[in-house]
Amino acid sequence: MVDIDVGIPTAFDPFAEAKDSGAAGAKEYVHIRIQQRNGKKSLTTVQGLKKEFSYEKILKDVKKEFCCNGNVVHDKELGKVIQLQGDQRKNVSQFLINAGLVKKDQIKIHGF
Amino acid sequence: MDDEENQNQIKDEVKDDAADIAPFDPTKKKKKKKPVIQDPVEEESVDTLAEKTESLSVSDGLETSFAGLKKKKKKPVHTDLDDESENVGDELDDTIGEDEEGEGIVLQQYPWEGSDRDYEYEELLGRVFNILRENNPELAGDRRRTVMRPPQVLREGTKKTVFVNFMDLCKTMHRQPEHVMTFLLAEMGTSGSLDGQQRLVVKGRFAPKNFEGILRRYINEYVICNGCKSPDTILSKENRLFFLRCEKCGSGRSVAPIKAGFVARVGRRKAGT
Repeated sequence: MVDIDVGIPTAFDPFAEAKDSGAAGAKEYVHIRIQQRNGKKSLTTVQGLKKEFSYEKILKDVKKEFCCNGNVVHDKELGKVIQLQGDQRKNVSQFLINAGLVKKDQIKIHGF
Repeated sequence: MDDEENQNQIKDEVKDDAADIAPFDPTKKKKKKKPVIQDPVEEESVDTLAEKTESLSVSDGLETSFAGLKKKKKKPVHTDLDDESENVGDELDDTIGEDEEGEGIVLQQYPWEGSDRDYEYEELLGRVFNILRENNPELAGDRRRTVMRPPQVLREGTKKTVFVNFMDLCKTMHRQPEHVMTFLLAEMGTSGSLDGQQRLVVKGRFAPKNFEGILRRYINEYVICNGCKSPDTILSKENRLFFLRCEKCGSGRSVAPIKAGFVARVGRRKAGT
């Protein structure tokens, strides 16, 4: 019994690294999608940003930068999702990278 | 002509296997090039009957870049050598030039012949690639491309798009149409279904180019083997996980399941909800 206690140090969390990398690493992608609306209008959605970020502030800056409207939608399964008017996929990914919110390899741009 | 025959002899000495493919005859140069191009396509069991005007090439060969490199590297190497080898180098350049003109055969006049200098790495590498390219072109690294027909797309009304040769493309990729369909629909963020003639009807307006881009991504993710880049793979489902197994090299990997993600509500809302 004593041996086992020694073998498992309590202060060390063996999954700490995995958790960290899981949150910031390969697994958690930020998905940027596009959706067609009527006519040539479209909608861009940004899903999977970290929960710690203030979505409202990001949205405000994004709106100002790209001159488009948008809002934050609460989805039951996916949490908060940013919606923007128009095809802003390139813009948004560039913005997120430049602002240092997301790394480039974590962004996945969907759609055509 | 004399010169050519001389080269011919040398070539036969170096590679006796090459003689099996076709008897070397300087007059038939142009004929010999043809099987070299078409063989790998047939081997990949892609239907060659289709017009390949716009082919989805997934991984391009390194032939062009390699040839360019060879030619560039050659000249500075030979300039500071003695006269004899410079002559030989010029000859080599000529042969390469002929090859690029589409005459067909790489005439094997090695630059080290006639001089007793050491072989250089670039030259030997070029020689190996030439031999490999003639004997079994699928190993030489070039020509390894999946030829797929471009997607044919029709408009149904104004709001729907019909993907006509969807089934064909699924067959060439050896994938279940359902799997491809879920991927396409998830990527495009719309809904759609297969109609009576097994065509894919998608809601929304899409150009063939859009389909092509998405299919390319699909192929990269769910068809191409990571190890050997061959599209000859099998997707199987084990315990709710999708695994990709390569038929050529036997390697396997797991692939991510298709998730639709967030789909925003588009269109008119009903008064009730």
